[in-house]
Amino acid sequence: MVDEKIKAEVRNLNFYYGSVKALKDINLNIAEKKVTALIGPSGCGKTTYLRCFNRMHDLYPNNRYEGEIILHPDALNIAGPDIDPIEVRMRISMVFQRPNPFPKTIYENVAYGPRVRGIRRRSELDERVEKSLRGAAIWEEAKDRLHDLAFNLSGGQQQRLCIARALATDPEILLFDEPTSALDPIATAKIEELILELKKEVTILIVTHNMQQAARVSDYTAFMYIGELIEFDKTEKVFTVPSHKLTEDYITGRFG
Amino acid sequence: MSDTHTIRQYEEELRQIKEKVLRLGGLVEEGIANSIKALVERDTQLAERTIENDHVVNGLEVEIDELCLKVLALRQPAASDLRLITTAVKIITDLERIGDMAVNVCERVMELNDEPPLKPYIDIPRMAVAAQRMLKESLDAFVNGDTDLATKVLREDDFVDDLNRQIFRELLTFMMEEPNTKGKVIRHIKQALEG
Repeated sequence: MVDEKIKAEVRNLNFYYGSVKALKDINLNIAEKKVTALIGPSGCGKTTYLRCFNRMHDLYPNNRYEGEIILHPDALNIAGPDIDPIEVRMRISMVFQRPNPFPKTIYENVAYGPRVRGIRRRSELDERVEKSLRGAAIWEEAKDRLHDLAFNLSGGQQQRLCIARALATDPEILLFDEPTSALDPIATAKIEELILELKKEVTILIVTHNMQQAARVSDYTAFMYIGELIEFDKTEKVFTVPSHKLTEDYITGRFG
Repeated sequence: MSDTHTIRQYEEELRQIKEKVLRLGGLVEEGIANSIKALVERDTQLAERTIENDHVVNGLEVEIDELCLKVLALRQPAASDLRLITTAVKIITDLERIGDMAVNVCERVMELNDEPPLKPYIDIPRMAVAAQRMLKESLDAFVNGDTDLATKVLREDDFVDDLNRQIFRELLTFMMEEPNTKGKVIRHIKQALEG
């Protein structure tokens, strides 16, 4: 991580669901314009960790953050109490496990974020929609049916539409929470290819249960276990010579 | 958590790879031993049998190679499992080559047996015993992940190198008197040991 530019610094991050401590003193730097994968068995805290980045936990009462997530270049602590979660979500977008387009047209799905941001001019919206759909590699399939309902797209196309929607606000970080677990292998390959393309422009954090996927798409891999960060290193290192016995046991399938 | 894989069939395949590498090592050791025995005892029949048996070594090498390929393709091994398999593929290539060297020694034995003996063999059998031990220990180190034993084997190679130089010097005088005799044998044994 020595040569990398840091996009986000996570310092002593603890997270509580009520009285349950779900993240324990996480310290982890996210490299800019790289893909960082979070792996670990169910319940290890990887999704909890991911959701801290766009303040998803604020939607529920009694959730509590301790520590800092410093977003660069402006050194903003996005885990701080006086931060507006809506503003954070403009800068850090998320793509979920199952495609979840709005019950609107393809166009309106993508234009939604820019509209919230106050963009009204049709030409500017058109431009953003096209740029985002191109960025998510779905423009060719969608350009002639922009005003069709998004639900008419296939699962893989819907997921790419959700990525386009996430891109429409020009985010600095994209969060992926198991983005391909509901997709077939070809649709999965398209999303993975897209992730590799997107990292030229944005920083990416991805939670995945598919370890080969982590190996294929990520530059860095973090292995978590029961709320703790066990190992964080270059993906190549983690998958060939992990430093920690727990990591070794997990990635070789010796758990459970 | 445990030291075995959740998928038992995968565990079994890895166990088989280790077991077959050991078996291949055993066959190759036997090849070295028989080739030297054939040399010392001037036993042409044993040399012929050893040459014939080499196809078992070759067959087992192909079998392990295919098993490794299958596990790589179907299980996507990672970390220590991945290193085990890629190392096994390299090791069996070396073992197969050592087997070929034993065959070469046997072929030279058959040529030498047509000529009168030069002198009794003392150090060549010692060298062969050391080489067999190194082979066995290196494979034990591999399957048990024993780095101490592997380091010990590395040091033992110096002993074999010293013996090689010593025998070579000793035979130099004989070779000057009678060229094309022992030099060939020495070279092949040395190759076998370092193979």
